[in-house]
Amino acid sequence: MTTLHAYIDGIGLLGPGLTGWAQGRLVLADAEPYAAAKTALPAPAMLPAAERRRSGPLVRVALAVGVEAGAGWDLAQLATVFSSSGGDGVNCHELCEMLASNDRQVSPTRFHNSVHNAAAGYWSIGAGAMATASVLCAHDGSFGAGLLEALAQVAVDGEPVLLIAADTAYPEPLHAARPIPDEFAIGLLLSPKQGPRSIARIGAALSALPATAMADPALEALRGAIPAARSLPLLDAIARGNAATLVLDYLEHSRLALDVAPCVAAA
Amino acid sequence: MKPLLLSHFTATSCIGAGLSATLATLEKQGSGLAPCDFDTVDLDTWIGRVDGVDDIAMRAGMEVWDCRNNRLLQLALEQDGFGDAVRAAALRYGHERIGVFIGTSTSGIHQTELAYRRRDADTGALPPDFIYATTHNTYSAAGFARRYFDLQGPVTAVSSACSSSAKVFASAARMIAAGVIDAALVGGVDSLCLTTLYGFNSLGLTSSEPCRPYAADRSGISIGEAAALALLEPAGGTLPEGAILLTGVGESSDAYHMSSPHPDGLGARIAMEKALAAAGLASGDIDYINLHGTATPSNDAAEGKAVAALFGSGTPCSSTKGATGHTLGAAGGLEAVICALALRHGLMPAGVNTVALDPEVPLAYLLDNRRQPLRHALSNSFGFGGTNCSLIFSRAE
Repeated sequence: MTTLHAYIDGIGLLGPGLTGWAQGRLVLADAEPYAAAKTALPAPAMLPAAERRRSGPLVRVALAVGVEAGAGWDLAQLATVFSSSGGDGVNCHELCEMLASNDRQVSPTRFHNSVHNAAAGYWSIGAGAMATASVLCAHDGSFGAGLLEALAQVAVDGEPVLLIAADTAYPEPLHAARPIPDEFAIGLLLSPKQGPRSIARIGAALSALPATAMADPALEALRGAIPAARSLPLLDAIARGNAATLVLDYLEHSRLALDVAPCVAAA
Repeated sequence: MKPLLLSHFTATSCIGAGLSATLATLEKQGSGLAPCDFDTVDLDTWIGRVDGVDDIAMRAGMEVWDCRNNRLLQLALEQDGFGDAVRAAALRYGHERIGVFIGTSTSGIHQTELAYRRRDADTGALPPDFIYATTHNTYSAAGFARRYFDLQGPVTAVSSACSSSAKVFASAARMIAAGVIDAALVGGVDSLCLTTLYGFNSLGLTSSEPCRPYAADRSGISIGEAAALALLEPAGGTLPEGAILLTGVGESSDAYHMSSPHPDGLGARIAMEKALAAAGLASGDIDYINLHGTATPSNDAAEGKAVAALFGSGTPCSSTKGATGHTLGAAGGLEAVICALALRHGLMPAGVNTVALDPEVPLAYLLDNRRQPLRHALSNSFGFGGTNCSLIFSRAE
C-alpha cells in the first residue's frame, strides 16, 4: 500500500466552540475544557468590499482557516485543494425555494455562489492566487478525499499545498435530510520538505481499519456530525505533540491510516 | 508528465449516445440543439437534451441513486462496451487499484428542485421519498460509478463548475503518478436542471437562439447535458498504432472575478502554457484546439486573446458547443472525447451555427470540417470562480 508523506507547516481551525488553532489545540490537548458554541463567521478581510458582502458562511469559514493555516506564506503562490461535503447550505435552500415558486427570477449572485468552487474562486481573488485549485466533494468522506488529493499534489509536484475543508449547515427542510448542525472548517498547509514552521510529519495510506474516535464525547459527536470534523483525530494527535498512529474516516469502503510524528523545533 | 493511455472512452450527449453516433453528427456538421422544452421551464432559450434519459431505470440494487444525472451516467456507461472495459481493468489491476474521478457541477440537484415542489403543506417537509446523499449531493455520480463497478480505490467528485471534468484528468494523473492507484475511471456528467437554466439566464448569459461560438453576433450559451467517460492507464509497453494518450495537463486560477473571465484570458493562457510544458510540446506542435468557446461575448473574446497570444492565428480551432450545447461540468470530458475522436479519425470538427466570425478575434476558426491526420490536440475548459484547465491529447505513432 502506497504511503504519501508531507509536513504540516500550518493549521487553521474553526468550528463550534473552536475559534482557531491556538485555542483549539489547548482544547484538544485537554488543557482547556471544550465548550460548544455557535461557529464564528468572520468577515473575510482578504476580499474587496463587494465580494466580502456577497460571501456566505462557507466562504467565510474556508477563507478564515486558509489565512490562519497559510500565515507567513505567500498566499498568491500556493496551490490549493478545497473540499466540501455540499457547498453553501443556505444559498442552496434559497435557490431551490425560489425555483419551486411562481417567481423563478433567481439572483445572479445567488447563482454564482451556488457553484461548489465558490470558496476557491473567492480565495483566488482575495489571495491573488493563480495556481492550481482542486475542488472536491466526497460526501461524508470529503476531508479524506481532500487530504489524499493534497498529499498526491505534494508528492508529485513537490510544492506546498494549502488544503481547506469546510462544511455548512442546511436550513430546513433540507436539514432533515442532511442534518449538519453547524459550520466547521480546517486548513492544513502541507509541504514536501521540513522547514522552520513544520509542526508534524504525516504519512497516509488507504486502510480497511475502523476510524479512530475522539475520547471526549462532545468532540466525538462533532466528528460524527460534520464531515470536515472527521479530521479531528489528526488535530488531536498534533495537539498532544506525541507520535501517533490513527485512522481517519473516508469512504464507505476505505479509511485513511495516518502516522503522525511531531517535528522538534530547533532550539 | 508521463503520458497516460485512454484505453477506452465514450460519450453521450444531445449529438448521440456513444461514439459512432457522436462521430456521425460531427461528420455531417449537425447539432443536437432544440428549443427548450425541459420540465416546466418557461425561458426563451435552446437546450441540448439527451433523448430517453427519463426512461432509464437504475440497475437493480441501485435505485437509491435514481435521478436524472445518474440515469444519464448509467446510459453513458453502457455505451461502446465501456462497462466491460472497466470490469476487465478491475480484474487486471485489482478493484482497489482503480480510482474514480467524476466531474459535475450540479449533480442531482434537479431531484431536490422537484422535491421542493412537493413539500408538506403543513410542515414544509420534503417528501419521504427524497434521498439526499445519493441524488442531490455533489458526490452522487462518483459514488454511483464506484458502486456500479464495485471499485475500491480512492473516489471523488471534482466540482469546479465548467472545468470539472477536465480537472478529473489532472487529479487522476497525479494519483497514478503518486503510486496510489494504477488506473482511473475519469469523466464528467451534468444534466439539465432549473438551477443552471434560470441561473445562467439571470446573468444574461443564455441565448434565445442556438449558440454561435466565436460569431460576431454571438449572444450567449445553449445549455446541454452529457456524460463522458475514459479509462486512464499507464502507457507502458508497445502501444497500438493510433492509441490516444493524455500527454499534457495545465491548471490555473484567474484571481479576477466570480462569473467573468479575466478580460485578456491571462488565467486561460497560463493553463495552456502549463499543459504544453507538461507535454514537452511547443505551441506549433498543436494541430487542433477544441476551444472552450461558450458563445458568451466575454468568454470568446478573452479565450480568443489568450489563444492568439500563445498560438498566433494559424492553428485550426473550433468550439463544438454549437453542436452539443454547453454541458457545463461534463464539457471537459465530452470535449476530451471529441479530441480523441478527432485524433483517431483525422477530423477537425467545424464550429457549427456560426456564420460570420468575430473580426476582433484573429483565430483560424473552422467553419467547415477539415480532414487531415492529427498528432496533438488541445482542449480548453474554463469555469465560474476563474477556474481553468487545458488538456493535450496525442495520437501514438
